[in-house]
Parts: sequence; structure tokens; C-alpha cells
Amino acid sequence: MNTKSISRRQFVKGASGLIVAFNLFGSHMLGQSIGQSGSGPDGSPQPTELDSWLKVGSDGIITVFTSKVDLGTGVLTTLSQVMAEELDVAFDRIHMITGDTAETIDQSQTSGSRTMHKAGPQLRQAAAAGRQELLKLASAELDTPVSQLTVNDGVVSVVGKPSQNVTYWKLLGGRRFHVTITATGTGAALKVADAVPAKNPKDYKIVGTSVPRIDIPGKVTGEFTYSQDVRIPGMLHGRVIRPLQVLSEPTSVDESSIKNISGVVKVVKEKRFVGVVSTTEWGAIQAAKALKVVWSTPDAKLPANRDALYDYLDSTKSVKDQVVADNGNLQSGFSQGHKTLEATYHWPFHMHGMIGPSCAVADVQGDRATIWAGSQGTHRTRKAVADLLGVPERNVRVVYAEGSGCYGRLCADDVAEDAALMSRAVGKPVRVQWMRHEEHAWEPKGTGQLMTVRAAVDAQGNVTAWDFKDRYFPYTAAPDYPLLASMQIGLKSNGPGFPGNGYEYGTTAGGDLYGFSNQRVVCAVIPWIQNEQSPLRTCNLRAPGAVSRAFASESFIDEIAASLQMDPVQFRLKCPRNEKRTAELLLAATKKAGWVERPSPAVAGSGTKATGRGVAISDRDGAIVAVVAEVEVDKPTGKVKVNRITIAHDCGLIANPDGVKNQIEGNVVQGVSRALLEEVQFDELGMKNVDWNSYHTIRFQDIPEVEIVLIDRPELGFLGAGEASIIPVPAAIANAVFDAIGVRVRDIPMTPERVLTAMRSQANNNSKA
Amino acid sequence: MSRISLLVNGKTRVVDVDPETPLLYVLRDNLELNGPKFGCGLSQCGACTVIVEGRSVRSCGVPVSAMQNRSITTLEGLGSSTHPNYLQKAFIEEQAAQCGYCINGMIMTAKAFLDKNANPSETEIKEALNNNLCRCGTHLRIVRAVKRAAHEKVQTGKV
Repeated sequence: MNTKSISRRQFVKGASGLIVAFNLFGSHMLGQSIGQSGSGPDGSPQPTELDSWLKVGSDGIITVFTSKVDLGTGVLTTLSQVMAEELDVAFDRIHMITGDTAETIDQSQTSGSRTMHKAGPQLRQAAAAGRQELLKLASAELDTPVSQLTVNDGVVSVVGKPSQNVTYWKLLGGRRFHVTITATGTGAALKVADAVPAKNPKDYKIVGTSVPRIDIPGKVTGEFTYSQDVRIPGMLHGRVIRPLQVLSEPTSVDESSIKNISGVVKVVKEKRFVGVVSTTEWGAIQAAKALKVVWSTPDAKLPANRDALYDYLDSTKSVKDQVVADNGNLQSGFSQGHKTLEATYHWPFHMHGMIGPSCAVADVQGDRATIWAGSQGTHRTRKAVADLLGVPERNVRVVYAEGSGCYGRLCADDVAEDAALMSRAVGKPVRVQWMRHEEHAWEPKGTGQLMTVRAAVDAQGNVTAWDFKDRYFPYTAAPDYPLLASMQIGLKSNGPGFPGNGYEYGTTAGGDLYGFSNQRVVCAVIPWIQNEQSPLRTCNLRAPGAVSRAFASESFIDEIAASLQMDPVQFRLKCPRNEKRTAELLLAATKKAGWVERPSPAVAGSGTKATGRGVAISDRDGAIVAVVAEVEVDKPTGKVKVNRITIAHDCGLIANPDGVKNQIEGNVVQGVSRALLEEVQFDELGMKNVDWNSYHTIRFQDIPEVEIVLIDRPELGFLGAGEASIIPVPAAIANAVFDAIGVRVRDIPMTPERVLTAMRSQANNNSKA
Repeated sequence: MSRISLLVNGKTRVVDVDPETPLLYVLRDNLELNGPKFGCGLSQCGACTVIVEGRSVRSCGVPVSAMQNRSITTLEGLGSSTHPNYLQKAFIEEQAAQCGYCINGMIMTAKAFLDKNANPSETEIKEALNNNLCRCGTHLRIVRAVKRAAHEKVQTGKV
């Protein structure tokens, strides 16, 4: 095993060295210069060819081609497990080529907790088809029917006669399958070889085990090549200069301001785009900082502060009401109620806060280009860069190189365009990395949301009416929208219909998992304020909109339970639920947490510290989570500390238990951080917190203990673990805060100031009453 | 431009650079060492941490001229994937990374810390790492890895 591990690592390491070789494709058509490409009109691989998915090397390595990429979640390891399992080879034999537009089929971008869910079955079926073909070849070679053959680590032998055998690599090593398979649909909906029988999960030996991640040894030793680490011969360094405000015009660019900075090759000015290219990175950084650029004052203004933003969300007519649930009769439901409750919840703009700023290397040579970037969807990056350069897509190759952790659409595509534009301008390869203030300012953010809930309950404590409304901004920087440089050079505009219908911030988690008999759940899309891109541009951020809606809906469920003086778990179990697995999850989490049945709030103690517990549940495309949060509130200061999070998690078939736990821990920690600390601050022109000292994220001393209960359901297949478990975390914390101090905090983040404000406000109300 | 001599991972390296260049860019661009990472350039996140004569230093914030003839250790200087040092080994055993971009800083900060404090409590480990940022939320595993490494070091006496 150990020997194989080393040989595999050496192989993978060797493969990363190919990065440089790929660059120089000379006068050949891209497709012809690359071994694995298929027979499509532009030389691109075709999904109907088995060779587009798999290659059996004569060295016993099986190469798998997929457009899905590892964004730091470990899916490369779990997808390798799926392939090894289905092919009946040792895990170490699988080598993945990911996100290279010249070599991989577009299976849609890597996002939305969908890699295992959607691409897992696609790759599994390609492997099943490959195994079927290899067994046919073995059958002929061994002159034995397929039914009499068995496979162990790529060695096909006759049942009962192990000495009669042949290996996959002897049968096919280095040659193509030349086999057509079925493939219908595109992207995430692509169905590959779906009639080929695959293994029964009951027989899995590799899927379902905690195989160590293949990337970690390289990452802890500096051997791993991130997009930030790609170097090619003759490479120069670029930096882009953008205003930290609503995107405006550079009215003057004074090149004499950088004449004393050594190494500057060129100031790249194209309409509204400004960048500098230097022989050294430090030279580019200094030049970008020193270059005197005067930006016009933009006509467009943002709301002046958060109150103005929520007022705007509240008072502006929506462009679209997305009706998630509308059943029964709401009016009669409210009239049946014994009492009616109503509350409004506020959620701020949040950052992804990627630790390593966006980076790309572009090599534009004439009408051809090669790009290395940490894009979630290299095929979409290829289209953007081809449009930018005015060349056919087949002339552009985008090769994925992992960036730092990505939790939604970030700026790997924007920086790829920046690099391409500057490479074209100087005729040499250019590496561009954004500076920290640019990453903070220009990453697309999770939108602010304003959520109102109204419900009625009858005398028996049944919810007779549930009316949930979310108001939010749509994506203004959706995955396939024009990128910053394209807009700055006037090639593309936001276009008609900006900010665009069809890219809304998700719709789930507004209480719809309960299936109340009279209910309406609506997500209202409020048009974005102006037609220019700004630091408040929006896109998907981990479980888009669901974390915030669960904060509102699951807080409100607790408010109802408290008004009925019912235990929050018992109340949830009493409510109708669309998915019966939620009950099992709730019981698993509360049992592990040692939940004691009683209503909230807890009996107030006399000390300055108050402790409380809260619960919340969620369902994301069938991946179900129940969370118990235990908090301590320092009453004099209002500071909330989360001591422990207990979480029960059901994402269907678990491919890699430790990998799932790693994702859950990360989701929980981000959830705590977003609930307690994070808020984008802005004024009418732009963003105010453009470094880590002003946009706070959680640190070691505030990390809670995390207890995890995994529930494996092989019969459900993969449901995805990348996002599900962040969803109920802020709600569970808010419910625990209420339990501790008897005060409901409906504003995120629950900073000490906001907790104190809520405490004072309640004290005032009580004294009035 | 100035010729500056550095002792990096035990070897003398001479570079000819603008003396004001922060050490980070010299290590990455001139010496092609990918361990230290650019995260903020503001000494806020810790991704660029290296060890200079026993102390953890944010390499984005020190000019290379201040490093003349000084001994610098980067992540590469600790070990390799085939021969990881005790801390790297502990991070692998605990699977203590997601994207891993911050991990250079975590390991280098922990190394300097453990060299001075062989048997730390969990609270001390968290305090030592509190100014290193991780966005994937790998903190729990990082703390477990540092604890494991500390234990290993005490058990075996390895450095």
C-alpha cells in the first residue's frame, strides 16, 4: 500500500509539471496536441465517447477526466473513490484530470453542493461502462464468458482459477477504448451510460471509507501547486487598479507618477480598465499603489447605511415574487388561530472572505490563449476570455489550478480576464493576483435580506397559518454574467434586464419543510439599485439565502414554541413535516447533546453569565441536518460565546465519513462566524471594511466544540455535504441566546452591541407593560 | 537593486533585488518557494509566515534587506510529502486542511511556538494561533494536529 502511495504521489507530482508543457501548443490545433481529446468539431472531448472519461495507462494508472474541480472540499478524493470502486481497482491507481477545457466534458460548474450529487453518478456510470468493456476484452483474451470472470485491483481472473488472469493495463494499456456510450442532456443534467448496471452500494469496499485526502500531503509541505503558484517561463507580473467604490471612469492616469519605480513594463489602459505590468511582483504592487488615477464620481449611489438598505428592501416593489409554497387558505387559517405572531428578521451582506486573493496566469499569443485559474467553471471562463479577446472558444484553453477556499462565485474568472487583457497588451505571459483590499471590495457578496413571518396557532398549539416573505437582491454578478474587465473595456454591459431575472438567491428554508396546511412562502426579488457594478455586487454564497431564511423561519418556530410554553424539540415534532427523516435527525442530535425537555427561556440565574441551548433543522435538496447550539451570554457586555454545537447530518450515501466531518466542521465554524461577527459595512459610494481588521471572522479562541452524528443512507445515493450543515447554525444560536437571556435577537450579526440593544429594548417594553 | 545573501532552509541564497522588497516575494518569486502564501500583505492573516532564527515572522511585512545573512526556514525546510516532519505528519494524520491556503502559516506559527513550549495546553495552542486566519473552518483539526504533534515531540524527543 505504502509503495503504491509513493508511486501515485510521484505520478501526480509529475503531472503537475505538465502545466508548463501545455502552454506551448504552437501551431497545432489545441485538440490535436493533446492526447485525450475527442472527435468533436473543435477537437473537444465528446460525452458519447468512453475515451473522453477514462484512460487506462500501460503503467497501471487509470486517468479520469472531469470538469468538476476540488475547491478545497476534498471531492477529488471522493470522486476517485467512486471511480476505484466501480472499476475494481485500488484507490491509488486513479488519477484525476480536472477542469481542463481541452480535456474534460463540461459537467457544469462546481457549486451548490452538487458535485457528488450530480457528477458522482455521471462518473460512476462512465466507470461502470469502462469496466464492462474491459471485461469483454478479458473474456476474449481468457476465452471465458464474462459471467465467469472476477476483478481484483484491475486483475481479471477466471472464477476459481486465479492463475488464468489478465490485467486491465495489459488488455488496453495506452490504447483507446473506441467505444460509444449513451449520453443525453448537458451539464449537471447529463446522463452517462445510464443503462449500464452499476455496483450495489451494499458491495462497496472503498466508497464509504475514510480514505485520506490526496491533496493534503502536498498542501502541508509546499509541494502543491495552487493557481497562485503557477509559473511559466518569461512570465511578468500584473496588478489591476480599480476604485473601491461604484465602478466609475478613470478621468486621468498620470504615468509620470510611477517613473521612479523600477521594472514597470507597461501601464495598460483600455477605456475604463487600468492595470500595470512589471518584471517583478513587488514592482507591480508598488506601481499599482503609486499610479495616480483620478476616478469620476459615479452618478449611482448605494444606500447610505444598513438602515437605508433595509428601508429600500422594504419599500421597493419586487420585480418577481417567487412563490415557493402556496396551499390551503391563509385567510381562513389566520381566522382559525387562537393567536397571531409576527416578526421581522434582518440579514446583512456577507463576504466569502477567501484567504488567498484571486489569481490567474494568462499567456496570450496571437489569436490563442492559455489561462490557469482557480475557476469553479473553466468552460465558462473559456467563453468569457474568448469573447474578451475576440477569438473562437477553441483557441482558448483554460486549465484549472486550485485557488484558496471558495464558497460560491468568486473572482477567479474576473482575474483571468484581467490577466488575459494585460498579457495581450504586452505580448507575454502575465500573472495577476488581486490585493487584499481588491478582494474584499470586489468579491461578489451574499445579499442582505429582510424577512417577515406571520403565523397563527390554535388553542391546541397547531399552526393554522404560516406566511413567510423574504425580500432580497438578485445576483448582479451571476456566474455567466459579464466580468469586470469586459465591462470596463466596453465590450459587454450589464445588458437589458439587469440585474437579471433567473438568478435569484435560492428559495428554500422559509419554513416550507414543515408543510403547514395553510401556508404561503414567497421570495420577493427586489431590483438592484443602479446599473453599475459596485462592491455590493451579489452572487451565491454557500447555501445561498437558505442560511438566512432558516435563521428567520427556525427562530420564528421557536418564538411560537415559546409562546405556547412548549419545548422547542417537542413543538417541531408536533408540526407536520414533509420529510420524516427530520424527526430521526432531531432526536439523534438532541440525544447526543443531552437535551432536557422544557420550554425556553431557561429560568434566569443571578450571575452575569447566562447559558442556553437552541435547536434548528434544515433540508437542502434532501440533505437533512439538525443542530443543537449551547451558548453562554455575558449579560453586562452582551457577548455571545458558542460553547458547543451538536449536529446530526444525513446526506444520503456517505462516500467518505471523515471528509463529510471535515465539511461539517467547516460549515459549523463559518455559520458561527457569520451569525456572531460578520457584516459588510458600506456608505453611498462603496465598501468600508476592506481588510481583516475591519471585517471580522472567527478566530481560534472562539471556536466551539463540535459533536457530529452521521447517518448513512446508502439507498438514497449521494445528496451532497458541501453546504447543508451551515444552514441551521445561526438559527440554533439565536434560539440558544433566547433560551439563555429570554431576549430574541432578530438581527445578524448578533454582536455584543446588538444583544445589549435587544436586552434594553425588551426591558423598556416590559416596563411599559 | 542590491545583492542580498540569505540563509534559506540551510542554504546560502544570493538575490539581486530592490532591498525594500518584502521577504515574501523574494521567497516566492526569486527562490520559487511556494510554502509562504500571499494572503493580505498587511500582516493580518498569517498565510505568509516563515521562521527567522526561531521566531515566526510575517514575511509580507519585512523588507528583505533586514534579512541579510539571517537564517530563514520555510514550510519546505521542515520536510516533504515523502519525509514530512512531525508537525506536517500530524496535520496529515488529522486531515487538518480543507483548501489548505492558510496551512503554511498554521504550521510555521505552531513550529515556532512548540519549539519554545513543548507541552502546551489546548488554551495555549489556541492563543498562539489566534492571529492566524482560516476561512474554511478547519480550526478544530488544526488544534488537534498541533496537540498531536506536541505529544509526538514529547514522546520521541524529535525536533
